[in-house]
Amino acid sequence: MGFRYDIRLSGSGGQGIILMGIILAEAVGIYEGRYVSQTQSYGPEARGGSSKAEIVISDTEIDYPKAIKLDMLLAMNQKSCDDYYMDLKPEGILIVDSTFVKQLPVARVYQIPFTRIARERFGKEMVANIIALGAITKLTDIVSPKSMEKAVFARVPKGTEKLNREALNVGMAEAIKAKKNILPFMRSEREDEDT
Amino acid sequence: MKNKKNRPYREFLLQGNEAIVEGAIKAGCRFFAGYPITPATEISEAMSVKLPQVDGTFIQMEDEIASIAAVIGASLAGVKSMTATSGPGFSLMQENIGFAIMAEVPCVIVDAMRGGPSTGLPTSPSQSDVMQARWGTHGDHPIIVLCPSTVRECYDLTIKAFNLSEKFRNPVILLVDEVVAHMREKITFYDDEEVEIFNRIKPNMPPEWYIPYVDTPSGVPLMANFGEGYRYHVTGLTHDIRGFPTSRPDEIDPFIRRLFRKISQHFSELQFGDFYETDDADITIIAYGCVARSAKRAVIDARQKGLKVGLLKLNTLWPFMRTAVERVLNTSKIIIVPEMNMGQISREVKRVNKGSSKVFTINKVDGIIITPQEIQARIKEVA
Repeated sequence: MGFRYDIRLSGSGGQGIILMGIILAEAVGIYEGRYVSQTQSYGPEARGGSSKAEIVISDTEIDYPKAIKLDMLLAMNQKSCDDYYMDLKPEGILIVDSTFVKQLPVARVYQIPFTRIARERFGKEMVANIIALGAITKLTDIVSPKSMEKAVFARVPKGTEKLNREALNVGMAEAIKAKKNILPFMRSEREDEDT
Repeated sequence: MKNKKNRPYREFLLQGNEAIVEGAIKAGCRFFAGYPITPATEISEAMSVKLPQVDGTFIQMEDEIASIAAVIGASLAGVKSMTATSGPGFSLMQENIGFAIMAEVPCVIVDAMRGGPSTGLPTSPSQSDVMQARWGTHGDHPIIVLCPSTVRECYDLTIKAFNLSEKFRNPVILLVDEVVAHMREKITFYDDEEVEIFNRIKPNMPPEWYIPYVDTPSGVPLMANFGEGYRYHVTGLTHDIRGFPTSRPDEIDPFIRRLFRKISQHFSELQFGDFYETDDADITIIAYGCVARSAKRAVIDARQKGLKVGLLKLNTLWPFMRTAVERVLNTSKIIIVPEMNMGQISREVKRVNKGSSKVFTINKVDGIIITPQEIQARIKEVA
């Protein structure tokens, strides 16, 4: 069977989870040229409630469009972390927004306070999702920073490119820091070389 | 951009709903009237942006009843027209869908299925409108219902839906589920792609010779656009060949039979589906919509374990793909029909089955897509 990489981005409605899903799918599908399918589920509420976006990446046509066993999980709040970490593969990557996620289910976790950084560095909680995309770029090897930047610019409002580029860069820098904080014996074998 | 074969192409990450809009515009749709409802709202949104760019008209109506009424009116004036809704709105449209069938007005109706009955589960998938699409409007009538399971099929089948509605002067329903409607996939459009577009056949005789509902060899009468000098009467009452109400049995019977004949004699043109690994299969899964994707995955996994399992994917739900289903009934002893309702297509499969195979079902009604694992478990159970 071909290569298949399952991602779930989760949090609460209003955190920009689905937009993240679209940008990540576009970065991988259009700019990296792989097969991709992105699905989502959310409650009927306008904000609040739980929200998740799933991205399946493959080098062949994708049959089942939803995530099966996760290679990567991003949890932007405690509830989604509690609900979904069971779906993670043993070698899967867990990234949490440590602004909200205080109780960790496993030891090997990348903890980055996306929302706090967004609030303190940019004065806008809104960009937390773009910071997280930056971190995902560095913590996984599924997408290059260049493709990610192109995909972000294609989806954000005109005139916010500078803000979003900075947010992406901050996310990548934080990811490198988070990698160092993880105990050496717990590190994934797939460390990337460009850091 | 250009690909390896030097064919110019463009690639997009599109939602099922957005691909439906692309397909509709490509097919020549220039009028959309609708009322927003999850999970079909993105169709209205995209139409409101795209239609003005091609000199089309977008109207947000006061409700779904008015939406389908406006669509019928626009189509009678010669404009290819469409509306989109979900289960609750589809229920409201049913009376006028019957009118469109009776008056033989081409139009396309998208129903993005969500959990029901009533307001149900607005943001969750379901496949529970299969029978509503077939028999939602009253009276004995023919209908064409197409069901995509990928974003590419959303595009292709929307074009087909317009072509078929124009060709047979009948409403065509595109039945998508929430998963397919909201799913984003990469879709490639080639600039040199040839797309077959069918336009209704207009009369070329002088207006005074035109008989609006007269039978033809295909069973489909010529259709004059309102405002082009051809005057005729359009009614929901059973009418004679001139369009006026009749209660003469010798006019009623041939009229109703013609409505059925125009679809049934072109049955073979309406069969869209896909056989996957069915030739040597002991067990065949019959699936449609998003569940067909889970089923394909289950088939691939089962084949790796050495089990002979195949898949028949249905893209046409109505008229029911009897010949295709009979083919797998003849070759497989066991049939499994997974669907997100309490058994709507499985009943049709059982009706077609003449006792040669055992038909099992998987019925899931909790608002979550049937997973490949659930289908695998059922395969293990019945094998």
